[in-house]
Amino acid sequence: MKPLVLTLKHEPNQRLDLAPLAPHLLEGKSVKDVAAIELQTTRETITVGDIFKIRSGGTGSIRFEGGSVRLDNIGQNMNAGEIVIEGDCGKSPGRNMSGGNLVAMGDCGHFAGSAMSGGRLEIAGDAGGFLGAPLEGEMEGMTGGLLIVRGNAGARAGDRLRRGTIVIEGSAGDFPGSRMIAGTLIVLGECGCLPGYLMRRGTIVLADPPELAPTFVDCGEHDLAFASVFSGLLRPESRAAARLLSRPLIRFAGDMAALGKGEIFFPA
Amino acid sequence: MRPMKKNGVRIDDSFAEAFPMRGTAVLITAPNRRWARQAAATMTGFATSVIGCGAEAGIDRERPGNTTPDGRPGVRVLVFSMSTDTLQTQLANRVGQCVLTSPGSACFADLDGADRLPIGDSIRYFGDGWQVSKKFGDRHFWRIPVMDGEFLCEATTGLTKKAVGGGNLLLMGATPETTMRAAELAVAAMNNVEGVILPFPGGIVRSGSKVGSKYKAMMASTNDAYCPTLRGAVATNLDEDVDCVLEIVIDGLTEEGVADAMRAGLAAIVKLGPDHGAVRVGAGNYGGKLGPFHFHLKDLLP
Repeated sequence: MKPLVLTLKHEPNQRLDLAPLAPHLLEGKSVKDVAAIELQTTRETITVGDIFKIRSGGTGSIRFEGGSVRLDNIGQNMNAGEIVIEGDCGKSPGRNMSGGNLVAMGDCGHFAGSAMSGGRLEIAGDAGGFLGAPLEGEMEGMTGGLLIVRGNAGARAGDRLRRGTIVIEGSAGDFPGSRMIAGTLIVLGECGCLPGYLMRRGTIVLADPPELAPTFVDCGEHDLAFASVFSGLLRPESRAAARLLSRPLIRFAGDMAALGKGEIFFPA
Repeated sequence: MRPMKKNGVRIDDSFAEAFPMRGTAVLITAPNRRWARQAAATMTGFATSVIGCGAEAGIDRERPGNTTPDGRPGVRVLVFSMSTDTLQTQLANRVGQCVLTSPGSACFADLDGADRLPIGDSIRYFGDGWQVSKKFGDRHFWRIPVMDGEFLCEATTGLTKKAVGGGNLLLMGATPETTMRAAELAVAAMNNVEGVILPFPGGIVRSGSKVGSKYKAMMASTNDAYCPTLRGAVATNLDEDVDCVLEIVIDGLTEEGVADAMRAGLAAIVKLGPDHGAVRVGAGNYGGKLGPFHFHLKDLLP
């Protein structure tokens, strides 16, 4: 079935909340219904029809042609189906998503994949800060699924990560994997200061680690079956991550300033 | 009625009577083939019959490194039991005592299905708090620190309630040597069938049993009708030219698997012929009233 295509007519003059345009919310709606959905975040009303040219198709798959950093919350709460954004997007794409596939072909803002619990989020460009992280006051960040950033990610990527896998193929900003509860974070490029800051459990794999905090302790070089298995499972998604995991890895345990059952791996 | 004959081997107009079982499969990997086989052999030891061992288990087949989840050589092991509870206990005990302990091993689920049996989920406590849970997609693993590194174990494996146990062939020959030759060839042919095991030593059992006994405490006792030394003393099933009987018992994850294995075994026995192998082939049953699966020899002939 052909996807529902939404082509951006012009740069919006205010930030827009695109959360209502998730596949499960559009099910059974006609083009006319979709065009009437309001997206504004100010007092000036803007509907989908005002800002997008709509080409009808199945609502299980939605395609945004043209992007803007003012398009926020794309794919928020989505639980199935597919969304492809052929351009940039604003903050929180894929926030709270629990299933389906969300692909951002351009860059995106802060809190991409925030608190997602399932499904797959791929960002072909760069991601802002707090990738997969919780919003203020929330206890947990990402709790499941797969999050891949082909470009770079900002600071605090994987903050409060609980479950699931994050792969950053470019570089990561400062404090990647801060306060991690569990889960897996892989960074293939450079990495900012203090990875795994106050992490409790979980696994961070760094291709190019900075100097680790003294609260991470050396556990030696190992060839672990789990790394080979993850290498195999990740190969279809990221060949570079698969390669990194197939090498002998040095294990540092930490953060001993927190629970200390986490680990940072890097190539020997 | 004259018996059926194939290449000179007499085929009884009989059938193997088999029972539903619970079955499961795991894949054991190790740094090399030898240690993968060692772990699998240890795990499937003392697992010939549910009567005394709790489970029937065996090696299904070897898997080369490029087909296993961690890229190391592996061995697929099947375990069968009469109830889900017993199977669960047996699987956890056998993986915990025999695979966890084997150097360099890892253990993976190797059967799909909605019904699951815990493996890592039950032996993870050996990690004493240092065990690590790792999830990727719908797969869940436990990493347990051990003295040579880590034991990686999938959290659960699949359970099938459609397994079949007790498929069998009775090989009757003129001498122990010729009967054994036929049995060995049949076992080799049957081992090529995927999804089945032959739980007895080397696939062969020489002490076939009948139901009941003169002693009250015994559920089963020697099948005197097939004992050559009692040929004159009991209501024997043996002909004058039979001096040795060996049985091959088959458990399979599916009914088709058991039938395929019996077919392969029969073909090998028939091909060998009566002069150097078995003069007659039969199958064990209880009159057809106890087990729902009936494998008629005449349907399985080559």
